[in-house]
Amino acid sequence: MTGSSGVGARRRPQRHLPLQIFLGFLVVYFLVPFWWVIVNSSKDASGLFSGSNTLWFADRVDYWGNLQRLFTYDGGIYGRWILNSTLYAFAGGIGATILAVLAGYGFAKYRFAGRRFSFSVLLGALMVPATALVIPTFMMFSGLGLTNTIWAVILPSLLNPFGVYLMHVYARDAVPDEILDAARVDGAGELRTFLQVAFPLMRPAVVTVLLLSAVASWNNYFLPLAMLSDNRLFPVTVGLGLWQGIASANNAGSTSLWSLIILGALVSVIPLIIAFFTLQRHWRGGLSVGGLR
Amino acid sequence: MTLHTEESAASTQQKTKKARGKVRLREHVMGWLFVGPFGIVFLALLIAPLAYALYLSLWQKKLIGGTSFVFLGNYVKAFTDPTFLSGVWFVVRFSVVAIPLQIVTALAIALILDAVTSLFTRFSRLMIFLPYAIPTVIGAVMWGFLYSKSFGPLSDIFGLFGATAPDFFSSNLIFYGLINVVTWQWAGYYMIILYAALQGIDPALYEAARIDGAGRWQIAIRIKIPLIAPALLLILVFSLIGTLQFFNEPQILRYLAAGTISPGFTPNMYAYQQAFGLANFNYGSAISFALGGVVFVCVYAFLFFTRKRRSFF
Repeated sequence: MTGSSGVGARRRPQRHLPLQIFLGFLVVYFLVPFWWVIVNSSKDASGLFSGSNTLWFADRVDYWGNLQRLFTYDGGIYGRWILNSTLYAFAGGIGATILAVLAGYGFAKYRFAGRRFSFSVLLGALMVPATALVIPTFMMFSGLGLTNTIWAVILPSLLNPFGVYLMHVYARDAVPDEILDAARVDGAGELRTFLQVAFPLMRPAVVTVLLLSAVASWNNYFLPLAMLSDNRLFPVTVGLGLWQGIASANNAGSTSLWSLIILGALVSVIPLIIAFFTLQRHWRGGLSVGGLR
Repeated sequence: MTLHTEESAASTQQKTKKARGKVRLREHVMGWLFVGPFGIVFLALLIAPLAYALYLSLWQKKLIGGTSFVFLGNYVKAFTDPTFLSGVWFVVRFSVVAIPLQIVTALAIALILDAVTSLFTRFSRLMIFLPYAIPTVIGAVMWGFLYSKSFGPLSDIFGLFGATAPDFFSSNLIFYGLINVVTWQWAGYYMIILYAALQGIDPALYEAARIDGAGRWQIAIRIKIPLIAPALLLILVFSLIGTLQFFNEPQILRYLAAGTISPGFTPNMYAYQQAFGLANFNYGSAISFALGGVVFVCVYAFLFFTRKRRSFF
């Protein structure tokens, strides 16, 4: 029985049918919006508004035509939004991660003057609502002439106090002081010790922080909405919000825009879904070890 | 001889002291070099805007007479402004319903996934987590479609049972419509965090409990949940901070639920409207800052009542 499963079998395989059926219902609930979007992005305006078969395909399945319309509408603005989102996510994500890795390592491995104080300020900052910063940051940037530029979106996303906290916890636990001392005794400088000894050990948490900050920038809405007025600089979230506002405002005149919004929503989530699924092995490790001790 | 050793001992002591001093200095310098870049960003993009918001919020712009110093005048105005107060009341009410719902859902799923291992549960874990990969704006857009009368499936589904579909954009049901959107969006993320914490528990504990005669339920309630309490607390705090700042979903659904969601529906929407709609940056800053204060008080009160302040960080 349980004893015979031994050390190797960590958990006994167990199938509880009622629980699995319950789980099945939940999966349906979580997937319904995706299903609706996948089905309805194949329809044209008349299929969409026919009022029947809202959860199944219409007679005419026209992904290709809708895709062409999506990427040519208004001079191909949608493709630009996707590229903007990609730029903001990469620049913000990579920048925030570099800063967080350096700072987390510094807090974990050096006993410098002012460390305790600055770390408690950092912990306090975790509770500052990010949106409270948007209005004053906008005012500051507008004084510097930075509003309505890409920097207005990228610079604020470099700030990721939670990433620093996560890296700190991870570096503290996963990078033993003895290894660092051994590297120093062997004559490696501080920077080399960090890059060649500590950094490889911190890699799972680095992937987690990178993914979390890139997703945060990709998902950002309030900040770019406030900062940008030129729609060619919009990320896809703000762009689709704009289209939705236009489509709802004159419901009858813009029925064709609705099918673009539906397909636009679908296309915009595909990159993130791919990123999550391909990287899940890496970031899950970081989340479980670093985040929650 | 003795003199010599003493001398050399003294000199080595001095040397090590010097060396140690050098090491200490190097630690200070290296520590600040590593923390410095983030520190600069932190000062420029967190401390400076906060200070600036505080400064702005103490002034008032009038059509006649220009900008004048009103000290706490804007805050007095905010906390007697029915729009701001109703917004705060809404997000507090919303948090009280939405957060427990999300966390109980996440916890239930995490416990099932932890106890039952099969190909299907692994698949479910990914699918339930999927909404987290969706920007909240897009999530709100998607649910907006589903709630829509013209192309949503609700009227079909309720029609099967001969009932009329609920209108989640009406003022009676918008609260639940929004609850549904945020639960869908966040439950999977919290589930993954709790699941990771559950997987970190030493299974020997379950064996011991089983030998002592504990059943499945008792193991879940008496062992698993207490052991993942820190993770539960972490997501409670983060969801509290997030929910009080509620902005994206109502802002997006505002277009569809015309008349139901006013521009001052949540404090953040009100601040946005004041600052960017009415160019009233001073009052907008005051509302932002007041909201920040509300968040801080709520989180601190919460941490105080759970008395876990020390174990949290």
